[in-house]
Amino acid sequence: MTDHTSQAELVRRSLKHRYRKERRFRAYGILAIAIALTALITLFTDIVGKGYTGFLKTTITLEVTMDPDLMYLDDPTDSKQVRMADFVAPLVAAVDNALPGATADDQDALRRLINPYASNELRDALIENPEWMGTTRTMSFLAHSNVDVYVKHKGDAAYSIKLTGQQQSWVDELREQGLVETSFNDVFFTNGDSRDPAKAGVLGAIVGSLLTMIITLVLAFPIGVAAAIYLEEFAPRNRLTDFIEVNINNLAAVPSIIFGLLGLAIFINLFGMPRSVPVVGGLVLTLMTLPTIIISSRAAIKSVPPSVREAAEGIGASKMQVVLHHVLPLALPGMLTGSIIGMAQALGETAPLLLIGMVAFIVEVPEGVFDAATVLPVQVFLWAGSPELAFIERASAAIMVLLAFLMTMNAMAIWLRKRLERRW
Amino acid sequence: MNTMSSTRINQVQAPEEKVMPVTVEKPENTVMEEGVTVGTPFADDAKFKLRNVEVFYGDSPAIKNISLDIARNEVIAFIGPSGCGKSTFLRCLNRMNDSIDACRVKGQLLLDGHDIYDAKRDVVELRARVGMVFQKPNPFPKSIYDNVAYGPRIHGLANRKSELDDIVENSLRKAGLWNEVKDRLDAMATGMSGGQQQRLCIARAIAVSPEVVLMDEPCSALDPIATAKVEELIAELSESFTIVIVTHSMQQAARVSHRTAYFHLGHLVEVNETSKVFTTPEHQLTESYISGRFG
Repeated sequence: MTDHTSQAELVRRSLKHRYRKERRFRAYGILAIAIALTALITLFTDIVGKGYTGFLKTTITLEVTMDPDLMYLDDPTDSKQVRMADFVAPLVAAVDNALPGATADDQDALRRLINPYASNELRDALIENPEWMGTTRTMSFLAHSNVDVYVKHKGDAAYSIKLTGQQQSWVDELREQGLVETSFNDVFFTNGDSRDPAKAGVLGAIVGSLLTMIITLVLAFPIGVAAAIYLEEFAPRNRLTDFIEVNINNLAAVPSIIFGLLGLAIFINLFGMPRSVPVVGGLVLTLMTLPTIIISSRAAIKSVPPSVREAAEGIGASKMQVVLHHVLPLALPGMLTGSIIGMAQALGETAPLLLIGMVAFIVEVPEGVFDAATVLPVQVFLWAGSPELAFIERASAAIMVLLAFLMTMNAMAIWLRKRLERRW
Repeated sequence: MNTMSSTRINQVQAPEEKVMPVTVEKPENTVMEEGVTVGTPFADDAKFKLRNVEVFYGDSPAIKNISLDIARNEVIAFIGPSGCGKSTFLRCLNRMNDSIDACRVKGQLLLDGHDIYDAKRDVVELRARVGMVFQKPNPFPKSIYDNVAYGPRIHGLANRKSELDDIVENSLRKAGLWNEVKDRLDAMATGMSGGQQQRLCIARAIAVSPEVVLMDEPCSALDPIATAKVEELIAELSESFTIVIVTHSMQQAARVSHRTAYFHLGHLVEVNETSKVFTTPEHQLTESYISGRFG
């Protein structure tokens, strides 16, 4: 009996110790998650806090009088006249009218309140509506990017305001009249890159990213899954397959910029493919993504319970039938998850694309995989390195667009896994 | 401590005392020699003719020179302690060992006079003729109908949907499962109880009308009621199929089989009529095993 009590006592004492250990371990876990969450929240608040203004544009509403004498233009349908005409003068006159205090000497300063591309907009509007000549119309134009920065970041030390004191007071006056307004930046989503921050958009980069991803997916998924199935199910176990396996694992650890160099050397120099195009980008990212897809697909195949395989073999299913009817359906959720994670990595990849020229300044939105293009992360890289501060908030906004894409892809991965997973 | 160990010995001795009066005297045969099997390992109407079978895992032998005949439409039980090679031997009969790289099989294994391990032999055709039921119920994660229909489908046994329906119904009837599942053939097979799953696996195996059904401890994961159902089923199936069953339960071997083969450390020690093995075994090792002295 005494033996028993002392043993119970021993167990009780060790229990206390064990529980303490468990509590400590749990505390470490909570701490780790708290650190990760804090980092994540800091990152998001910083990006959103700095970048949300990138989703806003500043416009000036003007009463524009289309005076033929001022513009040296009688007939907007005559392209020769249009080329010689002055579309800036009516805009400046309109600003002048809105600001009673301005004098004739201030023309230059007034002109710098309006976006340099506003005259093009006026020209296009007139070509489309020639009957507007001689009338006065209320029209909205993008403000100059300096005005944009001033309106959004007045009093922010991080931004240097490039407007003169007089220009600032004019903008304030126009704001009081309700003529200068900020609204949702649709230009950001409908334009390609531009030298003028107010006109710069991410549409070109989004389309470039999509085209590159399509190429990558179409090539990497079938090749990766086929390689995984062959290695896992059909390949004989020997030195050669061991060697291949080791090298696939090595490839997964190769820095991505090396793949960029490879793409430059092979696809562009050897095969003579054009620079800056999504095809080459997709090929390079395929090479980079393949090891990830192969490794995750092999893990998914390995995790298929051997009993299912045996059951199928036991009834006389051939190797191919076992794989196609039983292994593949069960491994598919794992394969898809791995592939989407690989694709998400590829979507965020910058370094290899710099080397194959997808870093060029491209204004046009690409229309096909052989058009010069850039991708979202490279666009972020380009804008973040720009000396003009107005581009910094565009970079932050582009990061948010990129993150939204990544989150969509991850959500898709989770949804697919839930959808395809079979319960046992 | 003393009281505990003595009760344990009593428990073990109890059945022995029941067996002993039948066994007039202990068998004298105690030698275990390679290739020597006491009893009646050979049959006239042999479905399987197995001669000098040896199996190696890498360099270590798992089956040492076994010769045995399995007669047409008989139920033969393989018994023996864990690791004695009975499952390995069973899996040679439809080449399920092929997928294990390190496994090598030597000797002559004939099914109806044709070599199972012939290089030209199509293993798919062999397995269609020699079906298998595994230790753990392993239905496909598909519907009940699809589980049973899978074999006939891949072998092209049914041309029309109605033929396939007939095969599925017949197989499920033979497996004694039809009445339980006829209203939910589209339900997931993995949602059934363990016993139902195992009977479904049997239905799946017999749906391709094999000539032989191999069963590797089919009841080890089942409760006594489900076991009784499967045993009834084996008795019925023995009318049309040859059945080889590996089992750890000697009662089960006694209940279902015509002949019993006792394996020990890769040797086939004794093969005899089941009633003889469990009453008057010829070999000392068999006697020790069935009386519970080891294993």
